[in-house]
Amino acid sequence: MYVAVKGGERAIENAHRLLAHKRRGDQSVPEVTLDQISEQLGLAVDRVMSEGSLYDRELAALAIKQARGDLIEAIFLVRAFRATLPRFGASEPVDTGAMRVRRRVSSTFKDIPGGQILGPTFDYTHRLLDPALAQGFVPEMPATADSSTAPTPRVTDILGRDGLIESSPQAEDGASVGDLTREPLNFPADRDLRLQNLARGDEGFLLAMGYSTQRGYGRNHPFAGEIRFGEVEVEFSAEDVGFAVPLGAIELTECQMVNQFKGSATEAPCFTRGYGLAFGQSERKTMSMALVDRALRARELGEEALAPAQDEEFVMSHSDNVQATGFVEHLKLPHYVDFQSELGLLRKLRKEFAEANAPDAMKEAAE
Amino acid sequence: MDRVTQHNNQQAQRKAAMAVLAHAEAGEIAARLRDFSLPAHQDLRAPENGLVMLRGRVGGDGAPFNLGEATVSRAAVRLASGEVGFGYTLGRDGEKARLIALCDALVQSRDFGGAVERDVIAPLREQLMIRREQAAAETAATKVDFYTMVRGEG
Repeated sequence: MYVAVKGGERAIENAHRLLAHKRRGDQSVPEVTLDQISEQLGLAVDRVMSEGSLYDRELAALAIKQARGDLIEAIFLVRAFRATLPRFGASEPVDTGAMRVRRRVSSTFKDIPGGQILGPTFDYTHRLLDPALAQGFVPEMPATADSSTAPTPRVTDILGRDGLIESSPQAEDGASVGDLTREPLNFPADRDLRLQNLARGDEGFLLAMGYSTQRGYGRNHPFAGEIRFGEVEVEFSAEDVGFAVPLGAIELTECQMVNQFKGSATEAPCFTRGYGLAFGQSERKTMSMALVDRALRARELGEEALAPAQDEEFVMSHSDNVQATGFVEHLKLPHYVDFQSELGLLRKLRKEFAEANAPDAMKEAAE
Repeated sequence: MDRVTQHNNQQAQRKAAMAVLAHAEAGEIAARLRDFSLPAHQDLRAPENGLVMLRGRVGGDGAPFNLGEATVSRAAVRLASGEVGFGYTLGRDGEKARLIALCDALVQSRDFGGAVERDVIAPLREQLMIRREQAAAETAATKVDFYTMVRGEG
């Protein structure tokens, strides 16, 4: 039987009206502005840009405001928005080695060229709630010091000079760069697609997956070779212009994980590596990403792949929080017809069960 | 100077100007152009917003991969004297893209190239450098100076 369901329109309209009212909250409290969100909730904006896979602070701030601070809802909004614009092309790959570094730490070498630079970090704070921040807090001006022009080479480049770490895989001539927003995902997937998937993957999911490798589910003995955050320049080879045009700068966080070494009869042992890169200041995200990137290389490195974090189909199919939320949350939409058919089947089964288990007397009587 | 060198020089100059302009706000560029006696010009391509896929490299220096997109605005402007300028910038500010395109056309112009560098690009570059130096100085103050604790008598 087909049952048409109608009559929800007014309820939906009024529900959205109520939502708009709840979103605004108490109207005697000033409305939050996009600048306030972008400036004062900057890390939420960074996360929405990373997982929304769209670098635009203002749009991310608007999405956060519209989503009432629900970051996955905001990410969903940003993803939907990006589908409305044409794509001009792809940028030149950014050079993180030339980053104007705002923070850069290594847990593998104390004295790295360019130094350990803490930058704006929660590290070493005591994680005590600060009542002074509740209202009218005016921070001190930042301290300043002579800024050296010493370059800050990547730690992996330094290790690479002595052959102590594997070098990064280079692209084959004419190889195209995989894009999972354009082609459906197939397994096994190459590293470019895996990194794209992880870069837009849910931070919580990647954190749990990365953590699981540390707890022994696919252990790969990581060191944070380097984490750096700062500004990199973006260039775009515009056909009409005829050269690579500077577009401005974006903020990125990069994590180079240095992992357990491998070697063989023909190759000297060297450290292996995992890589993380994300928009904005996203340290937890890039560290988790690097751990998972390394775990997903198990097969390539001839390791036993038994843990969830080493299973690329499992990781890549469940990392996207927009897909995940879509499928989980669709359960709350009307399934009346599906459910009616299940209910019908269940009633039939129960009836058969009751008949089969009825006391013999009844059976006989029935016969 | 041969033509190829001349062409390369001009390209380097245009790129250097764009690198400064992309970091400025539309209002800042417009303010610098306000006192400038602009030659006749027209939009060759009206400002248009779109996306550019930003790429990183595996391990920072390996094969490229797609990191995520960014909003980009672009425009093209032609001077009455024929120079065509292009404007590209991160974000969705079409007016900024148009102003960059206008400046790019001026940079290529024999009559206006020097003036636009002096009155628009150079002051904006100086502002940008000041902002960068300030940020670098604040960052430098957070650099760790390790020292060794000496215990007991040497």
